[in-house]
Amino acid sequence: MSPKTLYDKIWDAHLVHEDEDGTSLIYIDRHLVHEVTSPQAFEGLRMAGRSVRAPDKTIAVPDHNVPTTQGRENPDQMPEDSRIQVAALDQNAKEFGIHYYPVSDIRQGIVHIVGPEQGWTLPGMTVVCGDSHTATHGAFGALAHGIGTSEVEHVLATQTLIQSKSKNMKVEITGKLAPGVTAKDIVLRIIAETGTAGGTGYVIEYCGEAIRDLSMEGRMTICNMAIEGGARAGLIAPDETTFEYVKGRPHAPKGAQWEAALNWWKTLYSDDDAHWDKVLTIPGESIEPTVTWGTSPEDALPISAVVPAPDSFKGGKVAAAQRSLDYMGLKPGTPLTDIQIDTVFIGSCTNGRIEDLRAAAEVVKGKKIKDGMRAMIVPGSGLVRAQAEEEGLADIFKEAGFEWRLAGCSMCLAMNPDQLSEGERCASTSNRNFEGRQGYKGRTHLVSPAMAAAAALTGHLTDVRALMTENA
Amino acid sequence: MEKFEKLTGIAAPMPLVNIDTDMIIPKVFLKTIKRSGLGVNLFDEMRYDRQGNEIPDFVLNQPQYRETEILVAGDNFGCGSSREHAPWALKDFGIKAIISTSFADIFYNNCFKNGLLPIKLPQEAVDVLMKDAEKGSNARMIVDLEAQTVTTSDGESFSFEIDPFKKHCLLEGLDDIGLSMEKAPAIDAFEAQAAQARPWV
Repeated sequence: MSPKTLYDKIWDAHLVHEDEDGTSLIYIDRHLVHEVTSPQAFEGLRMAGRSVRAPDKTIAVPDHNVPTTQGRENPDQMPEDSRIQVAALDQNAKEFGIHYYPVSDIRQGIVHIVGPEQGWTLPGMTVVCGDSHTATHGAFGALAHGIGTSEVEHVLATQTLIQSKSKNMKVEITGKLAPGVTAKDIVLRIIAETGTAGGTGYVIEYCGEAIRDLSMEGRMTICNMAIEGGARAGLIAPDETTFEYVKGRPHAPKGAQWEAALNWWKTLYSDDDAHWDKVLTIPGESIEPTVTWGTSPEDALPISAVVPAPDSFKGGKVAAAQRSLDYMGLKPGTPLTDIQIDTVFIGSCTNGRIEDLRAAAEVVKGKKIKDGMRAMIVPGSGLVRAQAEEEGLADIFKEAGFEWRLAGCSMCLAMNPDQLSEGERCASTSNRNFEGRQGYKGRTHLVSPAMAAAAALTGHLTDVRALMTENA
Repeated sequence: MEKFEKLTGIAAPMPLVNIDTDMIIPKVFLKTIKRSGLGVNLFDEMRYDRQGNEIPDFVLNQPQYRETEILVAGDNFGCGSSREHAPWALKDFGIKAIISTSFADIFYNNCFKNGLLPIKLPQEAVDVLMKDAEKGSNARMIVDLEAQTVTTSDGESFSFEIDPFKKHCLLEGLDDIGLSMEKAPAIDAFEAQAAQARPWV
């Protein structure tokens, strides 16, 4: 048998049908659904008199619109259009008989945090959702990617997706990370090197010692942002860390089924002599805490750098960089650590898990946020929130001056009331720094949770390693 | 879905690279539960000021580009979110084809589900087409999907590649859910086999 990549193996195990031209029908093991990209798909089913083919493999949770403030079970807390969207999901979940975590359920949260937490996401699966950050689930060695609403409807009706196979790309992070450097810094560095289109047409497998050393939370952060590098999906081969995380989750296999699953999962790795269409290698030791300065995730630099000059770029990027600097209100040559911050947002499907909150709490413990700073912690799920309260993290944040919110997507995309105002500058643990992403004319700097916490304390972008020395 | 016919129309230049889905249709317009009516908010934050007045400099606000049917855009058009509201908004405005050196993967797929044709061409070709688009409404560009060509107002022609299945579906206006449902026996067989091989799924 010819050597295969992990992607090849999962693809082959899910191939239902292949046309001569390579157009393929692949089977979908888990379909995650949220309120924003699904109403038109359910309406399409209704119009055509179709049902959901596999309701037991379909899991829905409202996350994008929901308020993160107390008392939100009261629908009056939402503007009418948001309320209608959430009510449509309530109704569709009931009518089509799919698994559902409503806002009132403690298990509710961001769909990409809920899936793994409940054991819906397992190694070797195919996972889709009408959301580009579905790539998150690749951390389990599952082939996971975002789809559009028409494809949501297609999966609801047929439990399959029409696809052509992507190419294989390997991103290897060798060696160890320096203290203060996290998964977020790795992935921002990768995107800075590949550009936001560098992964287009590929599925990326992340490997190497620095990736192996990451927890599942860190691996999810990396795969989450595969899409920001343009890749259809990101993958990390499952190992003991993965199995340990999955074991005992509500929907994980048990008993003899666990053993059978484990036997298969242990075959899910890229063969030594597998063919890669593209390879990128980065020494882990060379990665610094990394922040973005512009309006594309590829606009990322080490915190020790200065704001770049537009003419240091080539082609269409010169004009784009100038536009970014105008939008961000920044001048070339300014040290990144001189950039003053108004707001800190810690949360999102990129960095809203327990480990992220622990990392932030470690930095702020016993300290206060800068006067006038707006700082917000939005746990990724009700269960993450409960765990953080149990571990005492919530108290650390509240004493430091952070707002302690309920779970949801919140200011990552600002569809709910959590938004930046015009010109407001935010250090954010989310995934996109696009124009207007966190609010009209809002300015976003993407950072790790530890770096966000550091900025909350000092009021400007800060090398968290400097604070760590102080603490030591 | 309507069939994609040979198109002769006005092309507008948008040379900015990395035009993302938040630019194409900002999130405030994602709260709809319909597919229609998004054209008026296409490129909303670039097109209107905070009071809702048109920004005259924006290309689609200029008189010669109001009837635009083809966009010629910078690299990596449609990057960002999976929101199909982006192609819905483009289509509702009247855009039928977009030309760039590259498109984000999810956006590219979403276009075909909505009768919208994304055309990938090399930089040199896009440069020529961008120049042609700058001529405004006197210049009509021709997009011929059947022949897989784009032709400038001066008659210079470029061939493009496209997946044969996607081409077929666009030309015939086919609903791919219906096509996949015809494969129900293969899906049934797959499920039966998978239930044996991976019963925990």
